Amino acid sequence: MSSFTLISAALRRKKTRTFLTFSSVVFAFLIFGVLSMLQTAFSMGAEIANEDRLVVRHRVSLFQLLPQSYEADMEEIPGVVDAMHMTWFGGVYQDPSNFFMQSPVEPAEYLDMYPEVLVPEEAKLRWIETRNGVIAGRALVERLGWEVGDRIPIQPTIWRQAGRGDDAWEFELVGVYDADVEGFDQTQFLFRYDFFDEARSFGRGQVGWFMVRIADPDRAPEIAAAIDATFQNSAAETKSESEGAFAAGFANQVGNLGLIVTSILAAVFFTILLVAGNTMAQSVRERIGEIGLLKALGFTSSRVQRLVLMESVTLVTTAGFLGMVLAVGLERVLRPALAAYFPGLFLRPEDLLLGLGLAVVTGLVVGIFPARRAMRLETALALRRL
Amino acid sequence: MVDVRGVSRTFHRGRTPVPVLKGLSLQMEKGEFLALMGPSGSGKSTLLNLIAGLDRPTGGEVIVGGSEIHLLSERKLAGWRSRNVGFVFQFSNLLGALSAERNVAVPLLLTSFSARERRRRVDIALEIVGLSERGKHRPRELSGGEQQRVGIARALVNDPMLLVCDEPTGDLDRTTSAEILDLLVALNRDHGKTILMVTHDPVAAERASRTLHLEDGRLAEGGDDGTVAVPVHEPAGAAV
Repeated sequence: MSSFTLISAALRRKKTRTFLTFSSVVFAFLIFGVLSMLQTAFSMGAEIANEDRLVVRHRVSLFQLLPQSYEADMEEIPGVVDAMHMTWFGGVYQDPSNFFMQSPVEPAEYLDMYPEVLVPEEAKLRWIETRNGVIAGRALVERLGWEVGDRIPIQPTIWRQAGRGDDAWEFELVGVYDADVEGFDQTQFLFRYDFFDEARSFGRGQVGWFMVRIADPDRAPEIAAAIDATFQNSAAETKSESEGAFAAGFANQVGNLGLIVTSILAAVFFTILLVAGNTMAQSVRERIGEIGLLKALGFTSSRVQRLVLMESVTLVTTAGFLGMVLAVGLERVLRPALAAYFPGLFLRPEDLLLGLGLAVVTGLVVGIFPARRAMRLETALALRRL
Repeated sequence: MVDVRGVSRTFHRGRTPVPVLKGLSLQMEKGEFLALMGPSGSGKSTLLNLIAGLDRPTGGEVIVGGSEIHLLSERKLAGWRSRNVGFVFQFSNLLGALSAERNVAVPLLLTSFSARERRRRVDIALEIVGLSERGKHRPRELSGGEQQRVGIARALVNDPMLLVCDEPTGDLDRTTSAEILDLLVALNRDHGKTILMVTHDPVAAERASRTLHLEDGRLAEGGDDGTVAVPVHEPAGAAV
């Protein structure tokens, strides 16, 4: 028998109330886990962004085009190692709900720019040999049930083929890419720029944005400013920023996710403070005589305070731990199922630790006032409540 | 054993002082069974609280077992209570989620006894109150008298020198009251426990070796310093 026996006895005193409070805390931490996963999924682009890559886009918007000739100009700027371009294709495969990102690229330049993308040598060769060849991320290929060699029609919404009206573009899947970085988007559909540029009905020589590799990440702001200065007062001025800033800005197009998630969590935890705090306050109020008895038996006021605090921390921490375990279980189910839509959907170890830390802090905050009340009770007065 | 010297205790109702004990003195011998009687508000529970170290006097001295307990800090007083005083209340107030034997063991959480020694003490305490076979039962599975016996076992488990009982039979029927009083008398007579009992019940007070009457915070007039002498039982050895 130990002090924990007393804590356990106190928690079992009103089983229904304890169960309801416990359940609400479990649910709160499950919500915490799920929201953390979502936040990770949306912010993953910024998290895994390479510090030595810049994104250069049209100053007005991402969907305004830039001359492809900028690439050579940028490569002349001191500090720039390499540049490559991508373009938003925006086609539809079978049904608009099958959304995935499509872009024409120059294969060799793309693979140089993204060393984290892993493509088998054989697939690389076939990509270079096949004019309408495409490589796609493994998550996308698995989601849509494609196999290498499949012919994939993509219905244009922006880029029609010259002289072919609304006819679908036809691509051949020549390879599947993986990535050796957790959370890297494995749903991209990448095809050759030369094929795209020759066949499109308008905008030849125009591209969507550039990726620029720089030699020294510490000089990123300076180089970005130099790039923008190079094209200042031209017909297509640029906006250059780090890949991380670009990804964060892209994610925030759906709203300030960090603020949304923080606001929801604040509301959830405020409610939990009220629910669990009320439970603890009520529990101590009902046990004034019992607490007086413990003090009469020789328990010091500070020991009684610790007992009540430990009771609160035990209740909230156990429930919080269970909530996080359920969140991990949910992640195991959701992650493979939603990999194609949310490649970065996972619960990070630091979020797990944060959750557990939050549980301990919440337990302490919830218990502090009832514990102080228990500590201050005068023994003789409390015994009158027996 | 107990030496109360000129003790006063004043409470405050708002700004109005309410004197409850007014310069009261009394002595108790080791092995004595003293009953405190008096009307409601006469100060008997306040006096019991002072002697048991649950409260401090406004004036005067309280010396129990040689310790000037009116001078002890709150922390030291708590430690002193855990070693020297056993409490029996009108309601046993057992923890409902714990078995009888675990309820008895609660005061042992404050000691450094080994698990084996704790087990031994709990067994002896339950045996003394005649509940050896009921240790695994929860309070709700016990009768009122049995619950009070568990409360007495809890009071005994640390082998205190003083047992204070506040209306120990106040919530029991006549037959069960008699059984509990028999037990207290046996603890005093056979185990040498010094017992201070507050009661309204003259029948209960008759079982004590001496009865003290309080009125308006003082010893009642008449008798021997307000006391009624009854033959003292012969104490015999420590209980646990």
